[in-house]
Amino acid sequence: MSRRARGWAQTWAGVAAVLVLAEVAARTELVPSRYFPPMSRTFAELAGQLGEGAFWAAVGQTLQGWALGLGIAAAFAVPAGMILGTSVVRYRAFRVIIEFLRPIPSVALIPLAILVYGAGLESKVFLAAFAAFWPLLIQTLYGMQDVDPVAVDTARVFGLSRLERLTRVVLPGAVPYLATGLRISSSVSLILAVTAELVIGAPGLGREINAARVGGATELLYALIIVTGLLGWALNSGFATAERRVLHWHPAQRGAR
Amino acid sequence: MLEVSGLSKTYGEGARATHAIAELSFTVHEGEFVCVVGPSGCGKTTLLRCLAGLLPPSAGRVTLRGRPVSGPPEEVGFVFQEYSRSLMPWLSVRENIALPLRHKRLGRAERDRLVEEAVESVALTGFIDHYPWELSGGMQQRVAIARALAYQPEILLMDEPFASVDAQTRADLEDLLLRVRAAYGVTVVFVTHDIDEAVYLGQRIVVLTPPPTSVQEVLDVTLPEPRDQVETKELPEFAHLRAHIFRSIKRRQSLQGQGPG
Amino acid sequence: MNRRRALLIALEAGVPLAALVTWWVWSAQAGSFYFPPLADILTTFADTWVFERVGSDVLPSLARLAAGFGAAVVLGVAVGTALGSFPLARRVAGPLVEFGRAIPPPALLPFAILVLGVGDAMKVFVIAVVCLWPVLLNTVDGVRGVDPTMLETARVYGIRGAQRLRTIIWPAALPQIFAGMRTSLSLALILMVISEMVASTHGIGYFVLQAQRSFAIPEMWSGIVLLGLLGYLLNAALALVERRVLRWHRGARSSALQ
Repeated sequence: MSRRARGWAQTWAGVAAVLVLAEVAARTELVPSRYFPPMSRTFAELAGQLGEGAFWAAVGQTLQGWALGLGIAAAFAVPAGMILGTSVVRYRAFRVIIEFLRPIPSVALIPLAILVYGAGLESKVFLAAFAAFWPLLIQTLYGMQDVDPVAVDTARVFGLSRLERLTRVVLPGAVPYLATGLRISSSVSLILAVTAELVIGAPGLGREINAARVGGATELLYALIIVTGLLGWALNSGFATAERRVLHWHPAQRGAR
Repeated sequence: MLEVSGLSKTYGEGARATHAIAELSFTVHEGEFVCVVGPSGCGKTTLLRCLAGLLPPSAGRVTLRGRPVSGPPEEVGFVFQEYSRSLMPWLSVRENIALPLRHKRLGRAERDRLVEEAVESVALTGFIDHYPWELSGGMQQRVAIARALAYQPEILLMDEPFASVDAQTRADLEDLLLRVRAAYGVTVVFVTHDIDEAVYLGQRIVVLTPPPTSVQEVLDVTLPEPRDQVETKELPEFAHLRAHIFRSIKRRQSLQGQGPG
Repeated sequence: MNRRRALLIALEAGVPLAALVTWWVWSAQAGSFYFPPLADILTTFADTWVFERVGSDVLPSLARLAAGFGAAVVLGVAVGTALGSFPLARRVAGPLVEFGRAIPPPALLPFAILVLGVGDAMKVFVIAVVCLWPVLLNTVDGVRGVDPTMLETARVYGIRGAQRLRTIIWPAALPQIFAGMRTSLSLALILMVISEMVASTHGIGYFVLQAQRSFAIPEMWSGIVLLGLLGYLLNAALALVERRVLRWHRGARSSALQ
């Protein structure tokens, strides 16, 4: 118990040391405070923002793009993965296409998105969904292909129908893979949502950050970056916690990160 | 040569402490082959790790040629039970054996000679440029033995080295070990839970008690050398010794079983 | 069995080919402004990229990518090794690393422009920061996961210091480090493109966005195709290096499974 307390103290001592160091460096002009304002001013700005409606609107817009992107990606990727992953013939037929499309950097489609959907929410969601689709598809495929053959044979011996085999044997076995896929896709979706806001100018945190830079509001710039980081961290740890809950009964999860 | 006196090892602290080894003492003489045998779950591996300087003892001390052992001494070679995890899969047989020699200030030619001699003595010359994972389990353990020999230790510590190979390979490895030991003239401390193996290989046998482990008795083996898998094991003295050790371990176990728990 | 294999191979080659042909035929007669005929895209691709703009746009982009990626690998392995070896360092740096990698990378672009301007330094910096986290975190995991028996072997045989790192720790962690590098490479490509879209006067990302703004649709498509090809080729190249370097890893794993 005391050992754990000591580890906790060391962790927070590290954080405090970095914050104090940044504060001192800026106050003494060791780093130009024009670029690196003192941490205290950044956090004061952050506290002020928490009372602003516009700030919360931007957070909401970013989260909306993230959620819609992830949701649409899941709606397509999971069924597609199930269809392709349960048959060698179907998988082999589409393998080459997947291998070619997957490494395309999703941001290459930004011009196309602007052209087709304009500079609003639709572009953001399209990009986020496209990028989030691939990790989830791949994980679903792995999950379908990693089903224990003994379990499937057992189910057949006991006369389970095809549909029952899918819902009782294949899907439960694939759940850890889906959880991993969702976690990866969630962070990809957030990255692309912020990218779209930044590059295309769709409303949200990304656009606000850029506006803060252009307007010379340095404290606001840092405050918003910190908020974006906290958002990413919260989503990450939410999914990681959920994943651990799911993995806890499934020891065979491996190789996916 | 190697002296263990009053050695104790305790894991954990306070009420939840487990006493793995308590007040253990014995001596290994120059050039001897000593087998350490005990019931499974007694601190055999812990003991060997203390001898090698891998674990600091809680009390007592280990001295090698009069000098206390505080970290792994340069005179010690070690063969682990888990051969597949103690050989580096990214190095060939030759590189694995040469690895510990790199920091011994040797000329290149000298180093190559040591490696090749060791490989030859374990009869793996044809496999010197293979990777460990291309070899069978018994062959991998021979590589580990060759690595220890090329290191030219004065004392070789072996932790149940033949416990994870099949019976036939095991007999072959035992005879190979006896041969190379004679050739290299190295002192060996060999830990095993197999009484037959201990009697067959050892010149002296240290029998351990269940935990907290200490020495139950030390036996001299006067079986003729060189030993032979068939003839030696047919000798009445062999049968007598193994029965003696077996009873002694069983008696101690049942005594402890009846205790106040 | 042989007929089944032939069928699978035919499918593997046939379906992508059919997809291409469908796109070709459909785009040729659709007359869509957004989706020009594939034939036009390919002609424009040949005119634009072979080898007209290679020196002015492709090579600078790739050089920045290589510089950022390389810096991230060196730094990630170095810091990751330190954090993996010392629990105290891990506890102190833990929250900072967690926070740093949680920031969506494009959010750092305005910061980098503010501090470093719009030149090459900014782009290399952003690419390097993004690539750092996967390499660093995987190195930490890899270093912490080195088999204890291997470490004891090293101790017994007096292998320490630089030799221990070079011959034991890094090779053992290499499969994980490569996994991190694969993730980093796709992120590097993304940030290469974005950084050129936001602030540049050349580069592939700049070219594609500029083409869209001037409604040069076949040019825009040819850039998208080029980025797709680059993504595929870079991934394939890294996979090739990985197969070479980690030959022992696959061998050891498959023999362990038997």
